[in-house]
Amino acid sequence: MSRNWAYLSNYLIYSSMAVYTISFFAHAIETAWAVRIPNATSSQTFDFKRTEKVARIATAMMGLGFLLLFAGVIARGISAGRVPWGNMYEFSITGALAFSGAYLAALRKYDVRWLGLLVSIAVLLTLGTAVTVLYVPSAPLVPALKSTWLVIHVSAAIISGGVFLLANAIAAAYLYLDSMESKGERTPWAKRLPTLEYLDQLSYRLVAFVFPLWTFAVIAGAIWAESAWGRYWGWDPKETWAFITWVAYAAYLHARVTVGWRGRRAAWLCLFAGSTFLFNYVYVNVWGTGKHTYSGL
Amino acid sequence: MSQEIQLPELNSVGLLRYGWRQLTSMRTALILLMLLGIASVPGSLIPQRTQNPIAVGAYFKDSPDLSKWMDRFFLFDVYGSPWFSAIYILLFISLIGCVLPRTIEHFHAMRALPPPTPKNLNRMEFFSTWAANGGELELARSWFKANRFRILEQEGTISAEKGFMRETGNLFFHLALILILLGISFSSLFGMRGEAILNVGERFVNTPTSYDSLTYGKLFKDGKLANFIVTVDKFDAKYNVVTNAPEDYTLNITLRQGDLSTPEKRVIKVNSPLTIGSTRIYLQANGYSPVVTVRDSEGSIALQGPIPFLPQDGNLRSIGAIKAPDANPQVGFLGSFVPTYARSNGNGAMSVFPEALDPRLLLSVWSGDLGLDSGIPQSFYRIDTSSMQQIGLKSLKPGEVFEYSGGSITFEGYMKWVNLSFVDDPGKNYALLGAIVAILGLLASLFTRRRRIWIRFGSEIEVAGLAKNAAPGLEQELNKLISVLKGEI
Repeated sequence: MSRNWAYLSNYLIYSSMAVYTISFFAHAIETAWAVRIPNATSSQTFDFKRTEKVARIATAMMGLGFLLLFAGVIARGISAGRVPWGNMYEFSITGALAFSGAYLAALRKYDVRWLGLLVSIAVLLTLGTAVTVLYVPSAPLVPALKSTWLVIHVSAAIISGGVFLLANAIAAAYLYLDSMESKGERTPWAKRLPTLEYLDQLSYRLVAFVFPLWTFAVIAGAIWAESAWGRYWGWDPKETWAFITWVAYAAYLHARVTVGWRGRRAAWLCLFAGSTFLFNYVYVNVWGTGKHTYSGL
Repeated sequence: MSQEIQLPELNSVGLLRYGWRQLTSMRTALILLMLLGIASVPGSLIPQRTQNPIAVGAYFKDSPDLSKWMDRFFLFDVYGSPWFSAIYILLFISLIGCVLPRTIEHFHAMRALPPPTPKNLNRMEFFSTWAANGGELELARSWFKANRFRILEQEGTISAEKGFMRETGNLFFHLALILILLGISFSSLFGMRGEAILNVGERFVNTPTSYDSLTYGKLFKDGKLANFIVTVDKFDAKYNVVTNAPEDYTLNITLRQGDLSTPEKRVIKVNSPLTIGSTRIYLQANGYSPVVTVRDSEGSIALQGPIPFLPQDGNLRSIGAIKAPDANPQVGFLGSFVPTYARSNGNGAMSVFPEALDPRLLLSVWSGDLGLDSGIPQSFYRIDTSSMQQIGLKSLKPGEVFEYSGGSITFEGYMKWVNLSFVDDPGKNYALLGAIVAILGLLASLFTRRRRIWIRFGSEIEVAGLAKNAAPGLEQELNKLISVLKGEI
């Protein structure tokens, strides 16, 4: 019974990878066609509808991939009889889900479709690593993880992570376009991307939106640690890096709101803060020691 | 042309004032915050005494000279080091110096009326004007009231202001951080933390001597240890038969508290500690204690009982030392306990399952001086064999006896031990309260927009607005107000 659910989860996740791949190619084609826009003189017939159609396919596939991955994550949870956040394979598939979910949610409000190419690559790489390197058979949780706080703490951390990474991608795009503009004009394909001010504001707003959630994730972790380990803060490597990430984003928010940093400096600080989050996820889980390493690679 | 710069006279008071102003400036606070982040990095990369003393020991063994130097800079005790403390203490002084004056200022600002309407409204970022229809003043008043603006009416103008929650939340957030730090300091002064390893069946009386390790705050008094006795009745561990991973630990105990007369049955699990007054008892670890009887050559008992062994892997292969200082000559056993025996590829034994399905005790027997009288502290789980010689090597099943020259050892069986943490953390509720206030304050400050709106009434209606920190959304809000004033809604 539970094994069937685990197989179903694997099929769903592989299917979602196939669909994300289609989305990736559609985004790539859209970007490639857009490059040709300025070369299209009035004599050339250039079909903008075609580009638009491909872009729609790309977004639709992203949505479908999200649904399949969502089902895959749920099936994984059912197979193990718990929330699917017990090891790094499960963190990775849920993280990929959160990242593409954050993108789709942002897409409803902001024009961020140009990010789709980057998002689909990141999701595919994460899922690829998960199914090849990190895969472990579905199994129940070790006693220390059996707590309601697992749901609260990990969901808050994963959603924060997804949004932080999205803000990072936008900050990176800012820096890239900024260096391009400082050398002269944007290259043709980059012209359809939003203005620098827009990107600058967007990455700030994402961080400001999710910083309280991250604070909550750290505090929920502390409350859980108190009931599982007898102390709410012990400078365990994972705790330390969660704190460093918190400090880095706090500094970023201060720098923007009170000191008035904008543009390039703010984007670099945002990238730095995001990299502390990634470091925590990759280094501490894989090579680190401490109480969070039972995440069972 | 020479410029004469007048420097303020820096006497000691001036110097102090100058230093205080520097410390409490926003820039210094930010630098200290970043420094705190950077300063906590080494502790996550270098093993720390408080978390992993064994790894620190290995560090000293591998590179003694480097370790000695690292130790001088407290790199194995980063989070308790003077330099780390210096950073966070300075940060919090800076924070207090920064937040307190702002709190007072904000308190006054909250009670003050909004500043009067400026003369030239058309210089504002958002400005709109149209011919009056009459009745706008009433509409404006009720709209501001419904939207809970604070208003000042003066000479045919309304000046309205909203969004004080932004600064209020901000201040509460920073004050809450101070409360968290106070909670932590309170715990470290008045708290206590102890560990004890107990075999199933053993009794723990809550007195300092019962603990294997006990640390308490500078202001914690010995007599404050709560009055209770814990008896370990039963410990169950369930393992997954496919992955061998643990699935559940349940510890049943009998608790006697107060006058110690009435026994109460209680259960402790990994995520649900037992609370006795302000003390909490946590189930931290468990393992096996082989039960042995050591006899000398005449057959009289030199040692008898369970000896806790330390687990080495997920299948609970455990190692330990059995020391019989009362035997003559002294005898010691270096042992390895495997709950489910299998022959490993080398010559040794390994365990293939954490439950005791086919237990073995593998012993190497040493005779000579255990060195217990030398005064050098020894590990409970190791033997210094430098002045001993090996006289036997044996693998025993439960019930079997091994006879060596000078005596015998019987492997009677095994029992489980549990490692319990006893924690009294009186400051944690303050820290939790601080954390909750911090989040609420953060939400209030990040999602409140501070803005002012002015209206001048006359033959022309003039509306203007200004948002602090270029907060978004003012334009939509003004459009709504304007359509209300025009009577469109």
